Amino acid sequence: MRGSSPLRSLPRSVPSLPLADLRAGARDAVPIILGIVPFGLVAGYAALEAGFSPLQAVGMSVLVFAGASQLATIELLGSDAPLAVAVLTAVVINLRMLMYSASIAPYFRSFRTRTKAGLAYVLTDQSYAISLAAYRDPDREVDRRAYYLGVGLAVWTSWQVATAAGVLLGTGVPPEWGLSFAAPLVFLALLIPAVEDRPSVAAAVVGGGVALLARGAPYDSGLLVGGLAGVVAGVAVERATGVDVGGSDGDLPGHGPGHDGDRSRTSAEDRGRVPGDDHSRAPGDDRSRGDAE
Amino acid sequence: MTTSYSPGTVWAVVLVVGIATYGIRLSFLYLFGRVESVPPRVRTALRYVPPAVFAALVVPRVVTVEPTLAATLFDERLVAGVLAGVVAWRTGDIALTVVVGMGALWLLRFVVLA
Repeated sequence: MRGSSPLRSLPRSVPSLPLADLRAGARDAVPIILGIVPFGLVAGYAALEAGFSPLQAVGMSVLVFAGASQLATIELLGSDAPLAVAVLTAVVINLRMLMYSASIAPYFRSFRTRTKAGLAYVLTDQSYAISLAAYRDPDREVDRRAYYLGVGLAVWTSWQVATAAGVLLGTGVPPEWGLSFAAPLVFLALLIPAVEDRPSVAAAVVGGGVALLARGAPYDSGLLVGGLAGVVAGVAVERATGVDVGGSDGDLPGHGPGHDGDRSRTSAEDRGRVPGDDHSRAPGDDRSRGDAE
Repeated sequence: MTTSYSPGTVWAVVLVVGIATYGIRLSFLYLFGRVESVPPRVRTALRYVPPAVFAALVVPRVVTVEPTLAATLFDERLVAGVLAGVVAWRTGDIALTVVVGMGALWLLRFVVLA
């Protein structure tokens, strides 16, 4: 049932997965999908431009399913960077999901390992941020698994469709249109909300500056070197200014390490989401939380 | 730029990145109970991955260092990037950011500087 559309009602015979919560998750994801679509279009187009086959472009979205790292990998392979640099850069970009995994883990602790393995596949900035907001809302009682899957499948489906559309629409666009410039624009839209205090400003300035200076660096390692230098700068400034934003969050469920990173990535994409989030649940739709397993 | 890697190599990279990414996603979901949480130091560092990496992705693609300051500042990519940055800052809308940035690039490339 995981492969079914979350938007249309499934047969009523499906046990133990409350469809109302599945739908609620999918519905809450809709505003965010508006941000995912252009990103996916760019990822599809950029892959083709870098010499990927259409199947590889779409296959990457299925196998990796993490936009920022996909775009970076595409660009690095397109410029014939060493494979280790391409892989390492993608891994560094996706390391932030460690925080999401740790932060959401307490809510999933009672699930079977098999269930966790499935849920992990659709763990993204968006599914993490939206689900956690719902879990932590004292006025909501959602089936955790169903709601999360609703968000995750909606995000997954739109990402795959958008990538495929990017592949289809991108073919035949003349290169002088500079459509590949859309990729840094997407990253710019992700960067701005991630810069929120002095340490993160330092991380961005140093990261961007070093990457610019290292543009001609051997092995196309500029992105990797810049990213790591930026992280070091952010940590150093945090230490120097005594701003303890990341370290003292505590380990309470939903209050853990992901919450900063989540804000940094998704606040922009989400801005329209919060109000709808509160109303998306039908009244009287109470249901026990989904940790029956 | 088109890759000179073979299709098989591209697939291999996609697969390796996919497996690594899945491992990151599953990590604490799987380990929960065995490892309680991310150590504070690691957490602090991870917090700065998004601003650092996104800036490292953006800046070299928007800024082109030219021989003169004027040529550097009035480069079409930089002007379009700054405009898009303002839109991102004010609206937080990815689609609008891309539309304004591309629109500005095309305006500069095909109309103003043509």
